[in-house]
Amino acid sequence: MIWKSLDDFIAMGGYGFYVWGSYLVTAVIIVGEILMLRARRRAVEKTRQAQLSLSE
Amino acid sequence: MKLNWFKYAAPATFYPLAGKLIPWFAWSGAILAVAGLYLSFFVAPTDFQQGESYRIIFIHVPAAWMSMFIYIVMAGWAAAGLIFNTRLSSMMASALAPTGALFTVIALWTGALWGKPTWGAWWVWDARLTSELILLFLYLGFLALHAAIDDPRRADRASAVLALVGVVNVPIIYFSVKWWNTLHQGASVSMTMAPKMAATMLLGMLVMALACWMYSIAAALARVRCIILEREQQAEWIANLAKEPT
Repeated sequence: MIWKSLDDFIAMGGYGFYVWGSYLVTAVIIVGEILMLRARRRAVEKTRQAQLSLSE
Repeated sequence: MKLNWFKYAAPATFYPLAGKLIPWFAWSGAILAVAGLYLSFFVAPTDFQQGESYRIIFIHVPAAWMSMFIYIVMAGWAAAGLIFNTRLSSMMASALAPTGALFTVIALWTGALWGKPTWGAWWVWDARLTSELILLFLYLGFLALHAAIDDPRRADRASAVLALVGVVNVPIIYFSVKWWNTLHQGASVSMTMAPKMAATMLLGMLVMALACWMYSIAAALARVRCIILEREQQAEWIANLAKEPT
């Protein structure tokens, strides 16, 4: 095992800020993209439903 | 059996196919990411030179690879749209651009956070970093140009030209560490040399790269489905889609 404790893991040998800063921002960007895709999907779906109900 | 490759060039046939493929790519991406993160943090040993700071490599290198590779694929689709005048090709190019831009941002961001402890600087204007920054501007330029032109087919053509001109930047990024003196370390993986890093480090990086691949494909397919619906709203097949959300 590389890490002796959770604190050791978080500290990353003194580089915690840089390592976790990288991983955290990457996670935020990817989750953000997924949420944006979901929002776009919902918006398109809404317009489509509106048009369908108009055409009836 | 004769396969008709052009069958799926029509948005109407590609749309449901993409919908079926997305969960497969998304789930394999998620599983690979979990495996890759486990390898990155619990299997790969501490680097004897850089200590734990090197663990940034497991996202930095895959993100940088994706930023270049997505650009090439995007330009390829854009070119196919120009040459064959196929709507779906251009839509694929547009669907890839935001994901590529985000991976470029990730590569630049993690590079800065890696550069500070190893070089003592967040940013230096050297060939590798500058050409990667230009790649980000190419993505943003592609998106901005496409958004600025009202007629989608004209927007496709104009931005395709921009994407194709920008392709020249990709080999510049890739070979920049060879062509110029730079702070940036050389290629992590080379086809001609034995890997310079521990096998578990390399494995972690490759699994993370695969996870990024799967994620990018899923994201691009999800986005192209939105683009198809947005741009083909008048088409009969869309009106015929089941009325419940698809």
